Amino acid sequence: MNLSQLHSGETGTISALVGDPEIRARMQSIGLRVGREIAVIRRSRFGGPLQVRIGTTDLLIRPQQAMQVILA
Amino acid sequence: MKRIALLGMPNTGKSTLFNRLTGSSARVGNWPGVTVDLLMAKVLLGVDMVEIVDLPGIYNLHGFSEDERVARTFLEENPVDLLLVIANSTQLDRQLALILQLQALELPMVVALNMDDEARRLGIQVDTALLTRELKVPVLSISAKQGFGMGRMRQLLTDTLAQVGTAKSADLNRVFGDDDALEARLDQVFRSAVQMPLTATDRLTDRIDRVLLHPWFGLPLFFAAMLALFEAVYTLGAPLQEGVAWLLQTIKTEAVEAAVAEWHPMLQSFLLDGIFDGVGTVVSFLPIIVLFFLFMAIVEDSGYLSRAAFLMDAFMARLGLDGRAFVMQLMGFGCNVPALMGTRVMRSRGLRLLTMLIIPFSLCSARLQVFVFFISAVFDPWAAPLVLFSLYIMSFAAAFLTALLYRGRLANQDPLLLELPPYRFPTLPQMWLRGWREVAHFLREASGFILLGVVLVWALTHYPADVAPAGPETLAGQLAALFAPIFAPLGIDHLMTIALLFGFVAKEVVLGAMAVIYGAGEGELAGIVAGSTDWVQAYAFMLFVLIYTPCLSTVAVLKQESKSWRFTALAVAWPLALAWLLSFTFYQTARWLGF
Repeated sequence: MNLSQLHSGETGTISALVGDPEIRARMQSIGLRVGREIAVIRRSRFGGPLQVRIGTTDLLIRPQQAMQVILA
Repeated sequence: MKRIALLGMPNTGKSTLFNRLTGSSARVGNWPGVTVDLLMAKVLLGVDMVEIVDLPGIYNLHGFSEDERVARTFLEENPVDLLLVIANSTQLDRQLALILQLQALELPMVVALNMDDEARRLGIQVDTALLTRELKVPVLSISAKQGFGMGRMRQLLTDTLAQVGTAKSADLNRVFGDDDALEARLDQVFRSAVQMPLTATDRLTDRIDRVLLHPWFGLPLFFAAMLALFEAVYTLGAPLQEGVAWLLQTIKTEAVEAAVAEWHPMLQSFLLDGIFDGVGTVVSFLPIIVLFFLFMAIVEDSGYLSRAAFLMDAFMARLGLDGRAFVMQLMGFGCNVPALMGTRVMRSRGLRLLTMLIIPFSLCSARLQVFVFFISAVFDPWAAPLVLFSLYIMSFAAAFLTALLYRGRLANQDPLLLELPPYRFPTLPQMWLRGWREVAHFLREASGFILLGVVLVWALTHYPADVAPAGPETLAGQLAALFAPIFAPLGIDHLMTIALLFGFVAKEVVLGAMAVIYGAGEGELAGIVAGSTDWVQAYAFMLFVLIYTPCLSTVAVLKQESKSWRFTALAVAWPLALAWLLSFTFYQTARWLGF
């Protein structure tokens, strides 16, 4: 299960980040860390980005990066 | 002089704090190893003058983004006495990571927890005393926007600076340590010092987002907002620009012309049509730049720019761009110059350069003036709106085609990971400061280049002195004759080619130049143009004017912002080639079809 599969309003816990190490480091530094709870607030139309929430931070993430966020 | 480096993650209010500390005294400084503009200012702290440098917002010391490289290089190459680290109080769960990383540099540090007001509103409690003990550096809560805690902050900086030893540069090898250990420490510090309510999100922001990011109404509202913004900038800007133009003209005719009346005619012409008009070109951009950035400050600081990215990203991502690029492109329809300067919000260099490459295709108000004249002179009234509309379509088409062609070369390596901050409103002083600073920057960086270009075109059109200015015997006329084989296949004749040369300086002067070239008043010009060109020629000419280099000021700003002559050359050469190709294809096809 990965982040891109969540529907609006659903929540998951990050269990791993996969893929390119540079992008992984970037995701980690902006707050996508293993063990944190993440919620999808809304998805934009036409395959656009997802609005996700971790703690008090809201982020935009494209579906292809969301696929690299593995949920428990 | 002692030096403080201001550091923090993006969206922490770092610029606001910098402005609070330094007022309007900030300027762009040059630093060893760093190629981007960094703001710095000298301020009085206690009894000493201290230099404060605003480093770009970073998430991480060993990140790979352009900004992170800049911050790293700065710290390695330039000794600093004190790090002032700013963090968003409402997001300490992740922002403490940067503070802990920076601690490994073993430089003196003061931590400012900003947005204290927001944190209170959300019910987040931060124990600064405990944090001070845990981190072993002074920590205090402030609100840079409201000005809360600024007195204590200055005092703390003064006291800490009094105790520090000699300034040193950072050894970043220390930082590449164990990330897991850092995370464990982060969790421990965070849990002991910060109390979070279970749901700490801004309800008002959520409610506004439900409307502005609505699946059906989001996009129409976005276009309405852009239109309103556009209208606001240019309905306010146009009279201001006209006012400035009138003022300059009055000064020219009333004062300057009289003052130089006795001088040699060539020198007179050089001063009036060369230097004075060059200065006038620079000055005429100032009101629009101030206005643009006043409104940009609202769009950016309010957090709406990230929302635009959310709405437009699905489409723009296919072009190798993101939603913010689209906002800048739209703003370019007023004037390309501030739109290019506005791309600074994009932190990935590839993305920014690609956006800067497409903005000059936006049909700006100066080009509109030329088109309206030509369309009304040559086309039937029923066809006029369609012709103008087709030019707008061409403007978008050229931009999107360019993005598609160059998205590979100016690749956008950064994944789109944008923060959606809660809606905020910038304060008026913040907005003014922004507008003022951009104008100062434009004057310093671009004015020399623009002046030089205007003088060059003046020389081309006024030498030799004994022939009619801008006529076929001048250097410009000879140049046009030389280019005849290039422009003849587009149906653009000799005299119009000279007008294109003028158009390189600014599209505003094209009509004036044509009046000079044809030796007619602007009133009679329409009749002459209608008599000498048919609609196919006129449209081919307009296509060329739409797509080739918009103006010298745009070129100057492309250079100012990219800091690369190679990119600037590409941004001039590619549109020229495309303009020729499209114009050629149109003209030849239309003629072949028998028009």
